[in-house]
Amino acid sequence: MPALPGDRHKSAWSLGFWASFAACGMVLVLAVPVLNFWVPPDFPAALPDYLVPLLGKYLCYALLALSLDLIWGYAGILSLGHGAFFALGGYCMGMYLMRQIGTRGVYGNPLLPDFMVFLNWKELPWFWWGFDHFAYAAAMMVVVPGLLALVFGWLAFRSRVTGVYLSIITQAMTYALMLAFFRNDMGFGGNNGMTDYKDILGWDVHQPSTRLGLYIASVLALGLGYLLCRYITASKLGRVLLALRDAESRVRFLGYSVTNAKLFVFTLSAVLAGIAGALYVPQVGIINPSEFSPGNSIEVAIWVSVGGRGTLVGAIVGAVLVNSAKTWLTGAAPETWLFVLGALFILTTLVFPRGIVGLLWRPIRIRAQAAAPLPAGEQA
Amino acid sequence: MKTATPLTEALLYLNGVTVSFDGFKALNDLSLIVETGELRTIIGPNGAGKTTMMDVVTGKTRPDSGEVFFRGTADLSRLDEAEIANLGIGRKFQRPTVFENLTVFENLELSLADSRGTWRTLFAHLNPARRDRIDATLARIGLAERSGQPAGLLSHGQKQWLEIGMLLIHDRTLLLLDEPVAGMTDRETEETAGLILDLAKDRTIVVVEHDMAFVRSLGARVTVLHEGSVLAEGSVDHVQNHPRVIEVYLGR
Repeated sequence: MPALPGDRHKSAWSLGFWASFAACGMVLVLAVPVLNFWVPPDFPAALPDYLVPLLGKYLCYALLALSLDLIWGYAGILSLGHGAFFALGGYCMGMYLMRQIGTRGVYGNPLLPDFMVFLNWKELPWFWWGFDHFAYAAAMMVVVPGLLALVFGWLAFRSRVTGVYLSIITQAMTYALMLAFFRNDMGFGGNNGMTDYKDILGWDVHQPSTRLGLYIASVLALGLGYLLCRYITASKLGRVLLALRDAESRVRFLGYSVTNAKLFVFTLSAVLAGIAGALYVPQVGIINPSEFSPGNSIEVAIWVSVGGRGTLVGAIVGAVLVNSAKTWLTGAAPETWLFVLGALFILTTLVFPRGIVGLLWRPIRIRAQAAAPLPAGEQA
Repeated sequence: MKTATPLTEALLYLNGVTVSFDGFKALNDLSLIVETGELRTIIGPNGAGKTTMMDVVTGKTRPDSGEVFFRGTADLSRLDEAEIANLGIGRKFQRPTVFENLTVFENLELSLADSRGTWRTLFAHLNPARRDRIDATLARIGLAERSGQPAGLLSHGQKQWLEIGMLLIHDRTLLLLDEPVAGMTDRETEETAGLILDLAKDRTIVVVEHDMAFVRSLGARVTVLHEGSVLAEGSVDHVQNHPRVIEVYLGR
């Protein structure tokens, strides 16, 4: 029976949804530890240790893609600087991990990370204070990207900067941050960034069990992030977002504050990106300014459009598939990767603009979506 | 002689409003008063300032000079679109703009008189009373059977009705309708005239229109705009026989 009109909320939280959500969650949470831990290593189905952080990394990318889909797919805000929020979350985690090294660094300084000793710094800069406490660092992983998004978004949305112009200034933002973080005197390790981590919350980051823990934390973050995004998009606010994506000024004349609605999702999206970055850093073992590079942020938009914009699931699927392909291809034929990525983007845009998920869902959602025009986010 | 401050009884009060775009005066010292409960039609040739007048009232355009008051107290020249909408002024655009990717039902849901706050909309819940109100409106605009369809699939005339329904459901005090019958068939035009007359029973409506037959069928007081100010005002017959009006508009 088709849901009553206006019941996006009810259909979003149907039993069928919870069943598939739980099934996916179980597979992700259980299969990896079982195959990695309890299946003997010489068994063909065994998951080698090195694959666990790789899978964890994909999940962090998936959360980043999800955060972009929330604002791009639903509110038409194409941020091409979302990598900046991801990197900021990552830097906050990196700072915590650096402080955990303590006297085990090359210079054995109990207070200063190696790169500061190398630069002949005598004391810890004020913005590093507190990062030895995980709770404080964890708060900063959320606050720093969130605050930047709040200020940036307030300035942009209040002045009604939309479409391509917004995309360009987000690129400029991440580029400016990249240049700033490249400078040694910024106090974040300059060019080299931060690496050589030892432990997180007392556990050795190189231990397979710690990596498994980080992987599971990534699954949980992705799951919760997904539920949050689904809640928002199924709520009345979600409909306000779709409405303003397609006819922004009309929403204003209905009495809704477009600025506030955009600011809310943009900030929330930046927070999700920051959390993704924070979980990413201990799994890859390094954070450096290249995470801010404009190309990285553009790649996120490609994951989302390949997977299917405005579907949430599509962002996750796209991020995992494109990155798996990247891992495989950069090993097999590295020089072809950028061409493949470009071709993939052109192909998605031209042939299946609703992405992989849109392609698969079409027969099911024919009633609601049949001839509805494509999202007007196309403008960007 | 009217002066400023809340002495005016009028629902909508424009005094000496001027708006210019690159030297072109879209509105030139326009003064206009609409009383509570009135149905008013505004006509005028292209570029007479009809749409600009609506833009000024709804906060889309700020006047360079002049006063715009709603209920004699709210200074509309200082508020933004959303704030003005929340005072109870609704607007229907010349080109029907409905939310094409939302269903007909959802279009009306967003238009309900309800809290507009971002946080409130996040936790909003569609209770049976609100659902009934949407259903009643769907019936009134004749789109009950289209309820679950994306609004993008509606015909042009149906979109116009949906847009009127979106204004209707909010119970606004003042409706501004910009060419509500543009692009409609004769039959749809007739039905729309009936709908507007019906709506006018319990609210104030300002209709901007080109179609003289339609203006006549509304039988309301007519204001003729020309070059950004009022040229004539009165009954349909009065303005149609006004020599200046014939010269600049009707005679052409």
